[in-house]
Amino acid sequence: MADTGQTVVSQAQDVAERSEGELRAVLRHLRKNRIAMFGFGIILLFIVCAVFAPLIAAYDPIATDLGNALKKPSAQHWFGTDELGRDLFSRILFGARISLVIGLISVAIGLAVGVPIGALTGYFGGKLDLFAQRAIDIMIAFPGILLAIIVVTVLGVGVENVMIATGIASVPVYARLVRGSVLSIKKLGYISAAKALGIAEATIIFGHVLPNCFSPVIVQSTFQVATSILWAAGLGFLGLGAQPPIPEWGAILSRGRVYMRVAPHLTTYPGLAIFFMVLGFNLLGDGLRDALDPKSRKY
Amino acid sequence: MAFKGEPVYGYIMRRLLLTVPVVVGVSILIFLIIRLIPGDPAIAIAGVHATNEYIEQIRKDLYLDRSLAVQYAIFVRNLARGDLGNSTMTRRPVVVELRERFPRTVELTLLAMLIASVVGISAGIISATRRYSIFDNISMLVALFGVAAPVFWLALMLQLLFAVHLGWLPATGRGTFRHLILPAITLGLASAGLIARITRSSMLEVLRQDFITTARAKGLTEKVVVYKHAFKNALIPVVTIMGLQFGILLGGAVLTETVFAWPGVGRLLVDSILARDYPVVQGAVLVLAVTFVLINLIVDLIYAFLDPRISYHARESE
Repeated sequence: MADTGQTVVSQAQDVAERSEGELRAVLRHLRKNRIAMFGFGIILLFIVCAVFAPLIAAYDPIATDLGNALKKPSAQHWFGTDELGRDLFSRILFGARISLVIGLISVAIGLAVGVPIGALTGYFGGKLDLFAQRAIDIMIAFPGILLAIIVVTVLGVGVENVMIATGIASVPVYARLVRGSVLSIKKLGYISAAKALGIAEATIIFGHVLPNCFSPVIVQSTFQVATSILWAAGLGFLGLGAQPPIPEWGAILSRGRVYMRVAPHLTTYPGLAIFFMVLGFNLLGDGLRDALDPKSRKY
Repeated sequence: MAFKGEPVYGYIMRRLLLTVPVVVGVSILIFLIIRLIPGDPAIAIAGVHATNEYIEQIRKDLYLDRSLAVQYAIFVRNLARGDLGNSTMTRRPVVVELRERFPRTVELTLLAMLIASVVGISAGIISATRRYSIFDNISMLVALFGVAAPVFWLALMLQLLFAVHLGWLPATGRGTFRHLILPAITLGLASAGLIARITRSSMLEVLRQDFITTARAKGLTEKVVVYKHAFKNALIPVVTIMGLQFGILLGGAVLTETVFAWPGVGRLLVDSILARDYPVVQGAVLVLAVTFVLINLIVDLIYAFLDPRISYHARESE
């Protein structure tokens, strides 16, 4: 028994050592991927904008100045002004905060709810699994943005509810993903060994099974941030998300639509901001997926 | 490629049966939309300025004074009769409204799907056969753009270019086929991008395999090798992604219809949410969700016939 115990311990150390080398290999591969690094650069730029928005922005994003309404882009107002004379560049800078926070919190909610559901149902199976799977099936019966729209309909509009709505809409994605990974991992030898040693189930699930689901979850989360940002902007655009005067990109676009013929900058720039942020996360996600997949790393 | 063996039929039966609890669950969720609204749902529906009689009327109409189980039973009974209640705005039966709007959403999503598949698959195949060529690079760049650009923004930009500046196509509304072109292209572009990327990578995977080398060695023309041998085998992931795209298209239709003032179910949904017309919200969500469930069912069945490797026996992962 002691012997088996030692084997398991050394196996675990082995895994730990390998994962350290693995991490280095992944990072090395990722750094060499110029497109992924470009995506990462875009994200960094937006993070800097979001964090230092009050320092970078020359104007208050919600202070109105009716004398300067609907001005075209100029040296004073790089992206022009909106119908209330607010500086669009400042609004987009502050909007980066909102979009990033919504994206990250939404993914955090999806992870916090979806990963345990996926792990427990995958590991234990049985009736719990059957029940959870049908519940997930029902959630998946709604296209993501529709599910978010339903949640907002019930909870009401506003930034917090958008985070909850997009978070809930991403739960089934994680539950499915983690359950699939857990199903294949729990069949491996070291899990049977850990069970035979009488290690607590919770320790096995959270200490030994879940860490091995890490790569697909990381990749999915990167894409999911992008998707949540798109959903949130969509909700804002429909008037179901952030409410005025909050400088949320989707909401800015929606207001700007009215003035599209006279002030096209009001729709062009916020759209470009959403586009680049989503692009950044998508490119990084593609790179991470390639880097974390040992098969594709050879090429 | 399907086999005559029984497992396929067992799989189909199982898949059909699995649809039942999903549809029941969808109906429960939709039933709950009104009941989950914080506060008194009758007031939420009637609006804060409504008279007490009106609020009482709504409470009676929706049986809000009865237990949840009774309310749900009545909801299902009415649903089975094709009765989804009346719009609180127009007073028209929700079913009549949906019957008018649904075909328009179908026509928009189908054309968008057609555009997405034709453009996506052809761009994917050409990109794979001419890997790293200018065509490959440009089309993958366009595909990336399509995937990352918000559909409502794309809609506005195309409107600005083709309707406002060039005046080639109508900006909004419905009437002629020309009205359908911009919304369908907008909606289809994101899916085209994804389908192109999946087709390309799936084709590259297949083209590397031994049987392709064999086919070439047999002296078959490149056309036959690519379209008959490689494409057929590369199709499975493409079909899967196309099925998923339908859902994204239905979701995207909500946004696209709003921008182009296309009078479909998506726009109806948004208008009714903003007007707190909950019976219509329920009806619109029901139609969109059931459509999506049926499409997924069809895709899974097609998948079963396409891929002989799929296991038709009860799997752990099911």
